[in-house]
Amino acid sequence: MNGRADMFDTETFIPTEKLKVFRDRIRRAATDKIAPQASLVDEEEFFNREVESLLWDVGLLTLTFPEKYGGYGKGRAVAFCIAVEEIAKCCASSALLLIIQAVGSFPILHAGSEELKQKYLPQMSEGRKLVAYLVTEPTAGSDIAGIQTTAVREGNSYILNGSKCFATSGGVAGIYSVLAKTSEAREKENSSFFLVERDFPGLSIGRTEHKLGQRGSNTTEVFLENVKVPAENLLGRLGDGFIIAMKDFDMSRPAIAAQALGIAEGALDAIIKFVKERHTLGKPIANHPVIQTLVADSAILIEAARGLVYRAATLNDEGKANTKFASMAKCFAGDAAMKITTDAIDAIQVLSGYGFLKDYEIERMFRDAKLTQIFEGTNQIQRLVIARQILNESA
Amino acid sequence: MFHLDEEQRLILQSVREIVQKEIKSRAVSLDENGDFPWDAVRIFSKNDLLNSLLPRRFGGVEVSYFTFCMIVEEIAKACASSSELLITQAEGMLPILHGADEPLKEKYLKRLAGSSQTLIAVGGADPSAGSGILSFVAKAIPHGENYILQADRCFIKNGSVVDFVVVYASTDPSKGGHGIGAFVVEKGFPGFLYGRKENKMGMRGIIHSEIFLRDCKVPKENRIDKEGEGVLNMMGTLSFSRLFTAAQAVGLAQGAMEEAISYARHRVQFGRTISHYAPIQFMIADMAAGIESARLLTYRTAFLFDEGDQKAHTHACMAKLLASDVAMKVTTDTVQIMGGYGYMKDYPAERMMRDAKQLHIQSGTNQIMRLAVGRDLTGVSE
Repeated sequence: MNGRADMFDTETFIPTEKLKVFRDRIRRAATDKIAPQASLVDEEEFFNREVESLLWDVGLLTLTFPEKYGGYGKGRAVAFCIAVEEIAKCCASSALLLIIQAVGSFPILHAGSEELKQKYLPQMSEGRKLVAYLVTEPTAGSDIAGIQTTAVREGNSYILNGSKCFATSGGVAGIYSVLAKTSEAREKENSSFFLVERDFPGLSIGRTEHKLGQRGSNTTEVFLENVKVPAENLLGRLGDGFIIAMKDFDMSRPAIAAQALGIAEGALDAIIKFVKERHTLGKPIANHPVIQTLVADSAILIEAARGLVYRAATLNDEGKANTKFASMAKCFAGDAAMKITTDAIDAIQVLSGYGFLKDYEIERMFRDAKLTQIFEGTNQIQRLVIARQILNESA
Repeated sequence: MFHLDEEQRLILQSVREIVQKEIKSRAVSLDENGDFPWDAVRIFSKNDLLNSLLPRRFGGVEVSYFTFCMIVEEIAKACASSSELLITQAEGMLPILHGADEPLKEKYLKRLAGSSQTLIAVGGADPSAGSGILSFVAKAIPHGENYILQADRCFIKNGSVVDFVVVYASTDPSKGGHGIGAFVVEKGFPGFLYGRKENKMGMRGIIHSEIFLRDCKVPKENRIDKEGEGVLNMMGTLSFSRLFTAAQAVGLAQGAMEEAISYARHRVQFGRTISHYAPIQFMIADMAAGIESARLLTYRTAFLFDEGDQKAHTHACMAKLLASDVAMKVTTDTVQIMGGYGYMKDYPAERMMRDAKQLHIQSGTNQIMRLAVGRDLTGVSE
């Protein structure tokens, strides 16, 4: 606990000088380069390769890797959350690219052999290949053990068959972490992760989904039809799939929470700017108690979310169990982002007639926020996880 | 309290059939393309629904506000934008019906008779005013046999397709609210100009446009109110808008809940349909409780309007506030129950959520509703 108190600046809750420099660099890049394209990628619903290049250039797509492959090193979970938060303030879709790159590479980072890392990580860090995470299926969402995709051993290979859906970066990735059933064993031991290259014969991209929000991210179906995968591309041991997926959540959920936090902050910034500029009856609407209450309520939620996000991330960096805090952060920050963006539209509308119109970024943020309550485990599932952790702790 | 008579039952039954056959299937493309619902105009007018509040003596069906609310609710279950069409017509009609003298009523209300497809609306405020509606800047200057109307950037529903519109404008800014007059302005009056169509997040099947009034000449006989009463006419119209928005919100929420329930009964996770899980059941129970209470308040408000009870105005604010909050929560939770599918455009949930957000805002934001109710009940005016 002492260590943590030293790490954080209690004023800003931003840890260490090194991270401040890091944050400021990302903030500049986000404000200068990412913010201006946020409306366009939303409106036109396309994956912006320029943003992708920028994220590679500033090293954010390899942040969670070991240092020799371009990673941040010690304190990477906090650094990662800071990066996600700063980018999400401007453009949630761009922040999602960062998240999915990390999530997609967690199975190899956590469970891949050294040889496999040496083979594939440079393809990402130097070859700039994106990675996608193929877990969800049409009938298996929260229920990961319910997947139907199979991997059957055949000589020195596994043959993969199945359909994956809602795959973020599915159509733009070069490498896929695929969860497949490898036995009829009970639930938590029946599946395994495989690293699959896009060029492996039999892998094909289905349709691109049209979404309510985060429309600058690419979401597709991915089909696997008799895809032959070398046996060494199995990540971890046979049957480790569920355990690897759960371990991923310890870092991915704080990251989704950081994205929600960023969206909420972006929305509050928009409210503040608006209510200071806009006057009715000669006074800035910021003087109105209704508006002030809304600003205060939003700020309270944001600061509380920030506490949870960075507590969960710090525990992860310290190598301590963070499942409970990761879920709390994800749940709280997602709900907060939804509430703040919902209210923010009203705030901007209160005395204006705007807000609901597409010209204003707040309506995009509202649509973007909804996804944070859904993916990486719905907030209903998070509550069950939290409760289970607490009940186990007290057992 | 809400016993339906035979006529109401028949009307609702036919509305239900029309909605299932004609309206529901069009909701997706209306939203996608941001089109004006011309098909709905045709279908509603053919079935005497486009102006169902219109009194019999002008050739209408003359349903009660209660019946009208149930009609709006029924349509909004499937397509909120299409229900907005009926509301917009009512908003254009009521200022004339409640405020105008006989000749003016004859002149304009008769144009709405029977299966007329005449489109009408009420002219909103300048965007710099928004909810501070009394400070809007439209001006009306008497000039011989006419008023000359001047206004920048009014927002108006049905804007670019409307045949005539009721515009509120100040004849004397020094008198504040008491200087407001209500005028019927027709398409084709010189100086009545259309601006751009707004690109909205939700309720995309109804057009919001800008209009400009540039030296727009309006005959004096087209003034609806008696001097000084325009503000009452305007506030009265707003009260009805709030009631109708509440009915629409109840319908939208009901439609969303039905989607959520149907999905929950079919979606299998962890070996059972998710309808078996308590968190889902809680969400659905909260939805139903919210919808039923909003519906009761809405019907009661409609009933008070039908009785001519002055309490109706405060009740309309409460009904709009409660029902649109419920609609926002229910639609958001419907997306949530449907998970990834809910977030995709292939399912109606996300459209309903976007539509609900507009109901939060239109005819006075919920913040303004709270202020209005709080002021009415405490007697504090500022």
